[in-house]
Amino acid sequence: MAATTTNPTYKLDLTSSPHVHSRWSTKQAMWMVVFALIPSIISAVVFFGFYQLLIIAVSVGFAVGTEAAIKAIRKRPITIMDGSGIITGLLLALILPPNFNLAFTAIGSVVAIGIGKEIFGGLGYNIFNPALVGRAFLQASFPVPMTTWTAPNYTVDAVTTATPLSAFKFDKVAADLSDLFIGNIGGSTGETSSIAVLIGGIVLIGAGVVNWRVPVSMIAGILVFGGIFYFIDPAAYPNPVFHLFAGGFLFGALFMATDWVTSPLTSKGMIIYGLGIALVLVIIRLFGGLPEGVMYAILFMNSFVPLINRYNRPRVFGEVTK
Amino acid sequence: MSKKATLAREYVKGLWEQNAVFRQVLGMCPTLAVTVSAINGIAMALATTFVLVFSSVIISSIRKLIPSQVRIASYIVVIATFVTIVDLVMKAQFPELSKALGPYIPLIVVNCLILGRQEAFSSKNPVFRSFLDALGMGTGFLVALFLLGGIREIFGNRTLLGLQILPNFYEPWLVMILPAGAFLTLGLMMGFFNTMSQRKKRLEHQTIIQQHLKPQKPALASDGEAN
Repeated sequence: MAATTTNPTYKLDLTSSPHVHSRWSTKQAMWMVVFALIPSIISAVVFFGFYQLLIIAVSVGFAVGTEAAIKAIRKRPITIMDGSGIITGLLLALILPPNFNLAFTAIGSVVAIGIGKEIFGGLGYNIFNPALVGRAFLQASFPVPMTTWTAPNYTVDAVTTATPLSAFKFDKVAADLSDLFIGNIGGSTGETSSIAVLIGGIVLIGAGVVNWRVPVSMIAGILVFGGIFYFIDPAAYPNPVFHLFAGGFLFGALFMATDWVTSPLTSKGMIIYGLGIALVLVIIRLFGGLPEGVMYAILFMNSFVPLINRYNRPRVFGEVTK
Repeated sequence: MSKKATLAREYVKGLWEQNAVFRQVLGMCPTLAVTVSAINGIAMALATTFVLVFSSVIISSIRKLIPSQVRIASYIVVIATFVTIVDLVMKAQFPELSKALGPYIPLIVVNCLILGRQEAFSSKNPVFRSFLDALGMGTGFLVALFLLGGIREIFGNRTLLGLQILPNFYEPWLVMILPAGAFLTLGLMMGFFNTMSQRKKRLEHQTIIQQHLKPQKPALASDGEAN
């Protein structure tokens, strides 16, 4: 019996409802995401140097290698060509600090795939975004290297720098919005350049690979929740537009929170999920001990996805309302 | 069932088959909280074993005197007595360990492993059997806490029982000595042991099936293998 499920010629696709109709197969969609990440990779190289390509190579290599190894141990068909492992590796590399240690990158990559994804049974079964699991593990394991921010190439004379968020949190210095937008700021390699992230994200939304509801509700949420505090006390709390372009918010909104596996299935659920991430993020950024919280906000709301799905079941056709 | 079991069995079952941590998932609070290092794990397990063995013996010997309506309260009184002894002795003799384990020594009194053994075993079995059962459960707890504490100490601090194991270029994973590391390690270990025992069970199952199939219908047995 066990042999029939592993037999690759035996093709029967069983999925849970609701059945989402998409123009793209999983494999095509995954490769579209890789394609959409190219602007962010370019911005990482432009602002932080070619070493970042090495980090990406190590991260992707270990992610794919771990996936293949675990599939081989479990005697399952090796699915590395579906691109999901490559995406996890890429995303992880792009949310690490610039010039990060390669050995730590490899550890993060192995944890991301091993504990973040394969332990739940592989693609489609994981509760949490694998790349964020890897990053959270690294953040908890190596707090000092994970918060050492190399200054981008086009600043005057600095080796390390503060991120705009920690500069605001601890010194009340707001960064220049145009620098924030272009990406000439300290931060994780792929997330500093809002324009590069936006180009990739718009391509993904336009191609119908990701649903627009999650990023749009997140952006609306952060403008509203951030705006409320800004109007209460503009001196103590940053401008909502600063929230939008600083840190990893856009990268998280477009590439992390939209992960099909770990986001809700229904339209209403996606909006609740996006608003929830924005609310948790604003609370962490304004009142938490950390300057940035996109990672924890998304992981936190990931854990609510089953609950959101449960209370947003689409009505069965013909069901009588009470 | 327990009457048929041999005395050795009463001891051995606690080591693996009914291991408190990996099998019954009892006593999670001290398991997760104090296993920052192997020595903490050992100290915690020894303290728990001491309380478990003595309270099992006492409760087993007075099991016919305790009215069943107030049995839980009676068990707690007995357990609390021994916990107090452990707590005071540790404070006097091993002040550093006592400080490291903090409130978890007094909290042994609510460790469900101890109360569970009284309710499930000592209250129904003679004294010597209860003694062996408690000793076995305690040893199983010791093994589990040592493994968990050892793994966390090696990865989180490069050392085992204070001796450096991993070389200096290995950067300690701080997460392993944080609470998150306890959950991760315990979860992975349980997953590993469950996978192993399932595999073993499946293999046993297959050999039994084949033994029964071969003499009767050889054709069907080969068919089963092909599938």
